[in-house]
Amino acid sequence: MLKLYDTELSSRLLLGTARYPSPAVLSEAVKRSGAGIVTVSLRRETSGSRTGGAFFELIRQLGVRILPNTAGCHSASEAVLTAKMAREVFGTNWIKLEVIGHHDSLQPDVFELVEAARILTNEGFDVFPYTTDDLIVGEKLLAAGCRVLMPWCAPIGSAAGPRNPSALVAMRAAFPDIPLIVDAGLGRPSHAAVVMELGYDAVLLNTAVASAGDPPAMGEAFAKAIDAGRLAYLAGMLEPREMAVPSTPVIGKAVFS
Amino acid sequence: MSLFLVKGAGVAGLSVAYELLRRGEDVDIVDYQDTIGQGASFFAGGMLAPYCEREAAEDIVLTLGLDAADWWDRAVPGAVVRNGTLVVAQPRDLADLTRFASRTNGHAWLGRNEIADLEPSLSGRFDKALFFENEAHLDPRRALTGLAKAIRNLGGLFHLGWGPPPKKNYTAVLDCTGPAAIPHIPGLRGVRGEMLYLETGEVSLSRPVRMLHPRHPIYVVPRDDNRFMVGATMIETDDDGPISARSLMELLNAAYALHPAFGEARVVETGVGIRPAFDDNVPRVVETGEGLAIAGMHRHGFLLAPAMAKKAAGRFSNGFALQEGMTA
Repeated sequence: MLKLYDTELSSRLLLGTARYPSPAVLSEAVKRSGAGIVTVSLRRETSGSRTGGAFFELIRQLGVRILPNTAGCHSASEAVLTAKMAREVFGTNWIKLEVIGHHDSLQPDVFELVEAARILTNEGFDVFPYTTDDLIVGEKLLAAGCRVLMPWCAPIGSAAGPRNPSALVAMRAAFPDIPLIVDAGLGRPSHAAVVMELGYDAVLLNTAVASAGDPPAMGEAFAKAIDAGRLAYLAGMLEPREMAVPSTPVIGKAVFS
Repeated sequence: MSLFLVKGAGVAGLSVAYELLRRGEDVDIVDYQDTIGQGASFFAGGMLAPYCEREAAEDIVLTLGLDAADWWDRAVPGAVVRNGTLVVAQPRDLADLTRFASRTNGHAWLGRNEIADLEPSLSGRFDKALFFENEAHLDPRRALTGLAKAIRNLGGLFHLGWGPPPKKNYTAVLDCTGPAAIPHIPGLRGVRGEMLYLETGEVSLSRPVRMLHPRHPIYVVPRDDNRFMVGATMIETDDDGPISARSLMELLNAAYALHPAFGEARVVETGVGIRPAFDDNVPRVVETGEGLAIAGMHRHGFLLAPAMAKKAAGRFSNGFALQEGMTA
């Protein structure tokens, strides 16, 4: 079972809550995907006020764990402030830490990210950092107190799928005991299956589900792909080879010819 | 003949008042504002674009919205401009245009030359666009002024501004108070919308232009006098404070990307309205203790007010009874 900061979760899918056609569709997508965690942006949905009102109430009523995020923050201090506000609003120490370096590309600013992670961990937060696939940044985040890493596999919202699978493989090998969640860049269920086959522990999705023609159906499709990828990883997959390998002996041929 | 009280002089209230008057009923309209249409209606885009809205809205929004342009044309002759809608995207967001096309009907793909023919101001700026020929738009402020005039001509009485409500024996009350109804109607929430008006003589558009973007889609609706309404954000809060710097920046950025001349335009107005919505973002006619409410218009006020007004007015002509327990 997936364990994140001492919480056991039966689903390996984390779902974002932005940009659905309506809260009703969002709610249905959460149900059909079986997601155990939803992330919600404080800055975007509150427009500076601290209430968020009815929408946050709808999120609470989904009955799943809430992982507030700091989407839209561009500096450590901004992110720390938003995280504290999130703790008040949702009564949780969990925070998905996003510190964006570039408004346009949405690349994480890893320097500010590590700094914010250090401050927040010291203040008792359980930090889920949205980071790149850089190993050294990963190490520094762990040193700062993070016990989960959430690397991208492509830019946010790009739907491009794993752009650099070997970097993801290296990261898995470098941090064998740390829960790794692919956050950002997934477009279709097969992408999710690929990263799960690489041994990743979970995936986080938003646009790929929210902007699908039928978000609840897409949520379910992803859930199935994630299960398939995880099961395949545990089952042990064949390594690819250049030659055909007949599954029955070829009669009349020398075996090593 | 029965006497009805309509609370709220926005697009929903005026539409249902007009429908009731047309059916031969008497109507009083009250609003605490001194003039009509001062709520979210004042900041509306006025796009009668059921095909485009279908991209992210339930199918019912399309079917209920199809007759909106004809209704407004009848109620306020000359208010409706039937020039369609143009949908464009920056080159790197072309995937969004393809996606938009796959989610909608009633459009045709245009190339560079056809875009230039339709909107000379956008000549050379986009390689591809979607054209929704059968859509229309109107100027919400003018349309509501025209509708109020039609209501007065039909005998409807306005009671505007603070003051004691008229004490008469009303058959029923129609609550069309928009966001003010949020505390009273279960399931309603507020969705904040921010917009601005730009003024420039350097750009000329004949129809609403939507520019797709993964995070900040915008629309620009041309008005008279070189004005352009640029909208609109959708933020899940009922905070109606002034537009945020971020939203202002995003709307202006997007307008500038649509046409650089907007960079030289004057920002003549910014506005914030709260759109009441149910959790499926589809409006409803709901029963209240004293009659009916038209609630949850979300971002579809001018598009769906005609259908909701007909639905509510139709309830009364079919023999209204409070105890029936009706929700549309």
